[in-house]
Amino acid sequence: MYVYADNAATTKMSPTAIQAMTDAIEQYWGNPSSLHTTGQTAKEALEAARAEIAQLLGAESPREIYFTSGGSEADNQAILSAAQFGARKGKKHIISTKFEHHAVLHTLQKLQKQGYEVELLDVHETGIVTPEQVKNALRPDTALVTVMYANNEIGTVQPIREIGAVCREAGVLFHTDAVQAVCHIPVSVREDNIDMLSLSAHKFHGPKGIGVLYARKGILLRNLIEGGAQERGKRAGTENMPAILSMAVAMREEMAQMDAVTAKLTTMRDRLIEGLTKIPHSRLNGDRNQRVPATVNFCFEGIEGEALLLMLDAEGIQASSGSACTSGSLDPSHVLLALGLPHEVAHGSLRLSIDAETTDDEITHILTVVPRVVSYLRNMSPVWEALENGEKEHLI
Amino acid sequence: MALYSEKVMDHFKNPRNVGKMENADGVGEVGNAKCGDIMKMYLKIEDGVIVDAKFNTFGCGSAIATSSMATEMIIGKTVDEALTLSNKAVVEALDGLPANKIHCSVLAEEAVKAAIKDYYDKNGIAYDRELFCDGNCAHCHAHDDE
Repeated sequence: MYVYADNAATTKMSPTAIQAMTDAIEQYWGNPSSLHTTGQTAKEALEAARAEIAQLLGAESPREIYFTSGGSEADNQAILSAAQFGARKGKKHIISTKFEHHAVLHTLQKLQKQGYEVELLDVHETGIVTPEQVKNALRPDTALVTVMYANNEIGTVQPIREIGAVCREAGVLFHTDAVQAVCHIPVSVREDNIDMLSLSAHKFHGPKGIGVLYARKGILLRNLIEGGAQERGKRAGTENMPAILSMAVAMREEMAQMDAVTAKLTTMRDRLIEGLTKIPHSRLNGDRNQRVPATVNFCFEGIEGEALLLMLDAEGIQASSGSACTSGSLDPSHVLLALGLPHEVAHGSLRLSIDAETTDDEITHILTVVPRVVSYLRNMSPVWEALENGEKEHLI
Repeated sequence: MALYSEKVMDHFKNPRNVGKMENADGVGEVGNAKCGDIMKMYLKIEDGVIVDAKFNTFGCGSAIATSSMATEMIIGKTVDEALTLSNKAVVEALDGLPANKIHCSVLAEEAVKAAIKDYYDKNGIAYDRELFCDGNCAHCHAHDDE
């Protein structure tokens, strides 16, 4: 049996999204900046996609939607813009959390080197930051609060609406990296008090290399890429028409079926949690309930994550030990360390992220294979015996 | 391209000589759980010849594969020969390792040496201390502690 359980890394494009992409290649190949008919035909399709995405996200106007190369670019542009315009008013304090995606964390580190003060809030054992923490951290010189909507490794959902309300009340810009949330849980920039939002199409069965930066009317953006008047002058480069049109179709389709898919996924996810919890010395990472319907993350003490993944892959189960973006690194996940897990335990993590195509049989397969592989690797591990016979409670 | 060579995958999926050894003549443990790798090596030595070797490893696929390969490479060798086993030879025998996994082969070399050192210590055999691991992982591979 072949099980793809790494949808948080990327999803397979839906047939309609693929169709939209090929249609765009054939019908809207013109340059939207050209004044002739072919160009203007493309321009109309581009603006229709923009309007649709604006509406689906609860934006006030299509002018608030900027197409980017993906979530990382959107994160970079949102944060660097807020930092630059904040500094003009003498505001150089930025609040975020310890377990953001590196697209956010590395951008913040860059700003720190430039003299900005970055405060990373604790996310507790639950993997959830509270609006009170944000409120307490706010200062008169705070330029930006950036908190991810749903965590990419453990799937916990943050109280974004409440955090947004705290920021709105204080008059501080609020950005959210919603890459793992859009099309997975209800997101509305208007209702959630969001000033800026990043999203990426390939996380919801759309194409790779395309994303959106939503920036509320009146928010100033600085360019990361210079060279043209595209995206209202804020992002140069001829628009990636096939990807943009395909993204709009994927978003519409996913949002239309979100309720039904959520119900199905939640049942399967809960089966996974229940089944994997039965493995001794295992733990579910992040809050049990406040999480996206598709993602679970477990630690199994006494084994190392990469060995687990390779064994599972050999058994037809494709999963991740955390973020695919950091898999080249030997260090344990910064997300799991942020939850307070010791290095020794954080090494043995497994992220399973399912989607609408996942079947009950596949869940059964996962629940049969994972305990067997964990046990096999533990028997090979020199640290397991001490855990098993109770000499040590943990690997610390 | 696959992450690992076929040989690495073979030794990872079908590790040779895995398990504990009762009454081993030399036992060595290197690495630490914080770094994500621990190797424990057991040797059975008769008349200066390694007649059997076993290992237990906590670590990634290449850590398991290098331990397995190292045991195969030293069984039947004299202790002196085993001491010359280099991490490079283990890497070559496995048809290569990704750059960020080379430290696993270093660990395998050190595990063999640590077990031999234990054998020397137990039997009152004199040796050059500089040949052996000083227990400081940072000397062989650096972790990004930010």
